[in-house]
Amino acid sequence: MSQVFMLPDVGEGLTEADILAWKVSKGDTVSVNQVLVEIETAKSVVELPSPYEGTVQELLVQEGDTVDVGTPIIAVSSGEDEPAGGTDPGYTGTVPQNGLAAGSSPEAPGAPQETSADSSEGQPLVGSGPKADPVRRRRRTRAGAPAAEDAAPGQTASTPAEAHAGDEAEHRHGWAGKLSRTGLGGAAVDLAERAGRIRERGGSLLRTLEEGVGEQTAVPRRPTLAKPPVRKAAKEMGIDLADVRATGDGGHVTKRDLLAHASGAGAAGQPSGGRASAGPQVSDERVERLKVKGVRKATAQNMVKSAFTAPHVSIFVEVDATRTMEFVKRLKQSPRMEGIKISPLLIVAKAVIWAAERNPDVNATWADTEIVVKRFMNLGIAAATPRGLLVPNIKDAQDLSLRELAGALQELTQTARAGRTQPADMQGGTLSITNIGVLGADTGTPIINPGESAIVAFGAIKQKPWVVDGEVVPRWITTLSGSFDHRVVDGELAARFMSDVARIVEEPALLLE
Amino acid sequence: MESRSHAGVVESTLPKHQLLDERGAVTEDDLLSPYTQDITVDDLQHLYRSMTKARRVDEEGTSLQRQGQLVLWVPLKGQEAAQIGSTWPTRPTDRLYPSYREHAVAFERGVEPSELMRYFRGHTAGGWDPEKHNLNLYTVVLGSQAPHAVGYAMGTALDRKAAEDAGTPLETEPEAVVAYFGDGASTEGEVHESMVFAASYDAPVLFFIQNNQWAISVPFATQSRVPLATRAAGYGFEGLRVDGNDILAVVAATRYALAKIRRGEGPVLIEAETYRMGAHTTADDPTKYRKREEEDQWGLLDPIERLKEHLRTAHGVADSFFETVAQENDDLARRMRADVLAMTPPEFVDRFEHVYAEPHALVAAERAEYLEYQAGFEDASDVHGTAAEGVGA
Repeated sequence: MSQVFMLPDVGEGLTEADILAWKVSKGDTVSVNQVLVEIETAKSVVELPSPYEGTVQELLVQEGDTVDVGTPIIAVSSGEDEPAGGTDPGYTGTVPQNGLAAGSSPEAPGAPQETSADSSEGQPLVGSGPKADPVRRRRRTRAGAPAAEDAAPGQTASTPAEAHAGDEAEHRHGWAGKLSRTGLGGAAVDLAERAGRIRERGGSLLRTLEEGVGEQTAVPRRPTLAKPPVRKAAKEMGIDLADVRATGDGGHVTKRDLLAHASGAGAAGQPSGGRASAGPQVSDERVERLKVKGVRKATAQNMVKSAFTAPHVSIFVEVDATRTMEFVKRLKQSPRMEGIKISPLLIVAKAVIWAAERNPDVNATWADTEIVVKRFMNLGIAAATPRGLLVPNIKDAQDLSLRELAGALQELTQTARAGRTQPADMQGGTLSITNIGVLGADTGTPIINPGESAIVAFGAIKQKPWVVDGEVVPRWITTLSGSFDHRVVDGELAARFMSDVARIVEEPALLLE
Repeated sequence: MESRSHAGVVESTLPKHQLLDERGAVTEDDLLSPYTQDITVDDLQHLYRSMTKARRVDEEGTSLQRQGQLVLWVPLKGQEAAQIGSTWPTRPTDRLYPSYREHAVAFERGVEPSELMRYFRGHTAGGWDPEKHNLNLYTVVLGSQAPHAVGYAMGTALDRKAAEDAGTPLETEPEAVVAYFGDGASTEGEVHESMVFAASYDAPVLFFIQNNQWAISVPFATQSRVPLATRAAGYGFEGLRVDGNDILAVVAATRYALAKIRRGEGPVLIEAETYRMGAHTTADDPTKYRKREEEDQWGLLDPIERLKEHLRTAHGVADSFFETVAQENDDLARRMRADVLAMTPPEFVDRFEHVYAEPHALVAAERAEYLEYQAGFEDASDVHGTAAEGVGA
């Protein structure tokens, strides 16, 4: 007999988790409390210990899947009713098929938990998770049951209301239909049933509500529903909420909808209503669909926010970095710098700090009614990490000596690469650098980190022919580019700042000024 | 780990008392050493049993939560010495007021592990009979246990005085009350008010603070510039700092404090400096706010390892003892797991029994109405009518 372990709510009120890594595979023998899998929830990364002893029959979800609380994730044979001595690692197929289907197929009928929880030990999924403890309406007995009053006489199998609901779920992409297909099952049918009853009684308001979402042309549009922060964001982004596809409860436009719309995804003319997660799961091997989550999601939100609120202006400077290269070489040989990693980025960082001291207005934040100029520099360094792009910053970088700055840069990058960057490390940045040169890129137009007004991109340093004193000689050339929030920084200031950065790269000795 | 130095700080001069050093060797302490002279090897073995039992149950609690069998679990790992060391010296007549992490306190007071699990499974809003164990129920909304404890302590003193005034003085020894809370709750206003009242009324109460260094994600350095024990002086009573991972120091400090309290000298505060080795609760991820290096450093100060080393080297306790205890704990965890899996949610109809102590006509009528309503469904089983309750935070 199979014992099926369903994804529990490991936090308080969590609804889903990402499967990070399986620690066991099919055929493995597991003991109680042995770690089975590592999952990541909105709150934390946790290891799930096995509730069962036996042999793994099947891993029911894949690494990388995002699964709802209550979804069967692994089947373990109890070992009790296996023939003595025979440990067949094979999958016996006693896992209920609808349990399997719940994780992958949109056609799965609602409420899979009820059917898959045939093992008494697998049944209780205590917890505050909404999926773990779904609300559903129980049917009243015929005699005196209020619900029956609405039913047409003679109908026994299903009331017209239910028939209507089923009809909706199958043939319309209405909200109730979508809901029922996302696994809320009974609850959704119940909602649809209620909706149907109200409509039969002439509830025209509800009709408007449903059709207003479903068929946007037929009925005059009612005001778009959205919470105040979303309205504010839409206003700032210059987006009419009525144009945004709503996926939230009751037709609310969510922040995600707004961001999706801003990034162009909202234009993909899908019928509105229903949940984003119920979207098409068409099997198409020519495209790969990656879930947007974690750092990727945060990056996307930040970038959209910055790109659509701060008007960017970009400036490029091509510069002879030969003296920087020589300086770096000398620093590397200096005993004072022993054990510290020295790279051209260090000089650029120092140059940016120096240039910002001479042009303090670039180190500022636009705050609608005022511009906040920082008298300190928390220098952000964009870092590619195992979890994605992070921009930790070096606090009070203006106070650091070259040696201290080098040490801080080294620690920052090591911490980021090890995936140990703390949230505080990424807060309070005032100006950022992105080192695209290490990846071989020459230049670019970076997007400003939200809350800042400038970002400098440091391109690859390459040997190129360069004219010095009327002669063409090979020199180490790089391109520095900067993007600026034009609300704060005008072209002139941007140019001054960038040429100051370039001056240091060209002649680091100016730092001694 | 001292609090981060602050430009405006007034350094505390309170010494940190210790009787067992980090390697389990006995050290001398003028104030506390006299309070451990009568402790036998049997006592130490009992303390070791209690501490390891709490840790084993704690591990099983986390596993059960991860398996969907508990709503939440609150790990105590690392605080065993502070909890057992402060409970063991109390008398059954002393009333204890825990927060929600005092599992070792509860077990030492005779609460069965599975009774406690029932609460974290969401099957009860309480878990044990407070009168039977003289242990109040867990407090989830932290801080409120402090005024409860002080009020109760004031009550016992008033009872005693009333009996005296009536010419029939009580012959029992004065009770003491213990209020358990942590560095986080120490910041709450009602804890402050409790200390003011306790001092004003000479309440026989011990404020036992387990400073586990973290109030969820807020480090102790943010909570206070100085050791919390320093604050007691501001209220006019004694505050002691003890190494909270040193079982002997905690036992001795508690004995010292309880003796003083029973003499009618009013409240005492003990700050046991310890460390929450695990997460705040199973819904928390400490890697987001603290570093592995810090955890590793405190790992070296493990209270159980320290006592084990002391038992081995100073008392020659054989390995077989530790193996037996480990086996007993595993058996206990297995039994507890079986108990938890067999637990069924309470029936909603039971609620009616708890409205009044005696039969009541209106409640009886409502109960009948409810049963009639329930009987009106086609599907008789009422799985969802008995939804989880308790553990509100």
